[in-house]
Amino acid sequence: CQLFGYVGIEAVLDQMKIKTMKTGFEFNIMVVGQSGLGKSTMVNTLFKSKVSRKSSQPEQEERIPKTVQLQSITHVIEEKGVKMKLTVTDTPGFGDQINNENCWDPIIKYINEQYERYLREEILITRKRKIPDTRVHGCVYFVPPTGHWLRPLDLEFMRRLSKIVNVVPVIAKADTLTLEERAEFKQRIQEDLKTHAISVYPQEDFDQDPEDRALNDRIREKIPFAVVGADQEHQVNGKRVLGRKTKWGIIEVENPAHCEFPLLRDLLIRSHLQDLKDITHNVHYESYRVRRLNES
Amino acid sequence: QNDDYRTLSLSAHVGFDSLPDQLIKKSIKQGFSFNVLCIGETGIGKSALINSLFNSNFEDPPSTHFLPSVQLRTQTYELQESDVLLKLTIVNTVGFGDQMNKRDSYQPVVDYIDAQFEAYLQEELKIIRSLFSYQDTRIHVCLYFISPTGRSLKTLDLLTMRSLDSKVNIIPVIGKADSISKTELQEFKSKIMSELVSNGIQIYQFPTDDETVSEINSITNGNLPFAVVGSMEKVNIGNKMVRARQYPWGIVKVENESHCDTVKLRKMLCTNMEDLREKTHAQHYELYRRCRLEEMGFRDIGPETKPVSLQEAYEAKRHKFYLELQRKEEEIKKRFVQRVKEKAAMLKEAEQEVQTKFECLMLIHQEEELKLEEKKKVLEDEIAEFIEKKATAELLQSQAPVSTPIVNLKR
Repeated sequence: CQLFGYVGIEAVLDQMKIKTMKTGFEFNIMVVGQSGLGKSTMVNTLFKSKVSRKSSQPEQEERIPKTVQLQSITHVIEEKGVKMKLTVTDTPGFGDQINNENCWDPIIKYINEQYERYLREEILITRKRKIPDTRVHGCVYFVPPTGHWLRPLDLEFMRRLSKIVNVVPVIAKADTLTLEERAEFKQRIQEDLKTHAISVYPQEDFDQDPEDRALNDRIREKIPFAVVGADQEHQVNGKRVLGRKTKWGIIEVENPAHCEFPLLRDLLIRSHLQDLKDITHNVHYESYRVRRLNES
Repeated sequence: QNDDYRTLSLSAHVGFDSLPDQLIKKSIKQGFSFNVLCIGETGIGKSALINSLFNSNFEDPPSTHFLPSVQLRTQTYELQESDVLLKLTIVNTVGFGDQMNKRDSYQPVVDYIDAQFEAYLQEELKIIRSLFSYQDTRIHVCLYFISPTGRSLKTLDLLTMRSLDSKVNIIPVIGKADSISKTELQEFKSKIMSELVSNGIQIYQFPTDDETVSEINSITNGNLPFAVVGSMEKVNIGNKMVRARQYPWGIVKVENESHCDTVKLRKMLCTNMEDLREKTHAQHYELYRRCRLEEMGFRDIGPETKPVSLQEAYEAKRHKFYLELQRKEEEIKKRFVQRVKEKAAMLKEAEQEVQTKFECLMLIHQEEELKLEEKKKVLEDEIAEFIEKKATAELLQSQAPVSTPIVNLKR
């Protein structure tokens, strides 16, 4: 229908902005991988703060646990008026045992428990205005930089988890691979994922329109990102940069020529954060709900 | 809840400040829907106001005063302003206040509002549901048109608003406000507001918790109801075509804020659209849902028995559904049996008829047969007689001389 003059409908966008800034956002991320792959450092680098209180020298108490345990830490961070309640779930003990069969079970159980919690709140007669969201929006899976193929553990884990949560695989400690080795490794991983029909985030099925598809295709070409994490600053060319200092040079974490950390950060935070939450809510949570309601 | 958690300080720019923009981008793609319900007597200026508010020319033929009951007419339009695509649905009451007995005038409206809530609830309760792409038909705002009598609210107004105030955001407006003078208008507004308060009717209050809009919203809250004038026509004033109503004594300009509150209403609707939608969902819909679920027999039992409650809830629903299915099946079976019986009776009747006909024919046949038998007998007798005669004649001939001519008997 034709509008003959200005009405002011676009004011609804500002209202939305104000409303969301007032209520704040929740974001829950899980990091999975063997110990020593730099998961905690990566989280600290992503969120530019000491989210994880792990130190580089493991203390006496931080022995590798006998079974996979899940530890969640929640912090509130604020940037330019936007408040975020960030929950990071770590999984010490994953893949560290002699026999790693079914080590993904506690993780799957945890993820389903969060869906269950949300479902219970949603089902109530008198329910809260804003249901607290503890569901895992993204699971970053750290692949060791072997340079060869995905191991059976990697495949099994990703196969099972990509069905219930958004899985973002990354090549950890990528500074041990040259650029050519990285490219080959990525190629093989992509083939492996395709062969085993594992659909990682961003999933092809959920592209909403051609614009989305084009954007996500570019991302899918580069998955998994080869990342390096660092929480120490060094002086490079007169600037303070985050990086790892080695005898043969300083690896700059935020330099796209050195590693793909910026891509991971952009995907998880700057461009697809809302999308991660939406897919968790509209797809994964809904399929959990269907399964749960059908079984009773 | 934020107090329980440690606040971290960021050492550099992380980038999640783009979150609101990400959210807005997605919302724009999805589009917005806004559903307005207009209640008012026939001829009070509902269509004119809507056209003026949204600066368009929505086709809406005027209706008659002679409808036997109140009906609701829905029309949906797609409006686009820069990036925002708005799916606007206008629901008009037709025949409101026209009947002799207005006792049930508001019932169709209440039923309509409830029906939209029910549709949403049904979708929400489904096992496989698609809330994400659900076309929201719930009424976000109700513009209640008050007649510009200048005196007070009518009983119908009070009754209707009281039955709706817990179901929908009500914004009262005085229709055709150009028939009231400025001084009378102020008195009229105060009278209306005090009547609403004394009757315990909760109208929509524009939110005052956000500093950017609290001042203007609280001023507006004090100036309710809106005295509006709408116009479908445009008048040439200066060199522009302006929406206005031309009288011999002057021109009432719809978009002039000192002439009427139409522009104020438009601004208020646009700047509080999100709040209206949110209140509809978080307050009115939740209330409906709660009442409805309790009606259906669901309860929130204590924490220990929650798993049972969840299962119970869905078992109960499934059971009900199953019973319903069974009932329908029974009905269909009954109908089928009935039909079969009817058909059988019909066939039997037909069979009877055929049988009777057959017997009739048999009788006729028998009679004919008898007749034929008799005829045959007669003929046989004749033949026998004839043969006898022939024999006698031959005998006579053999005895008599040959001179007599033999008569050849015809065979």
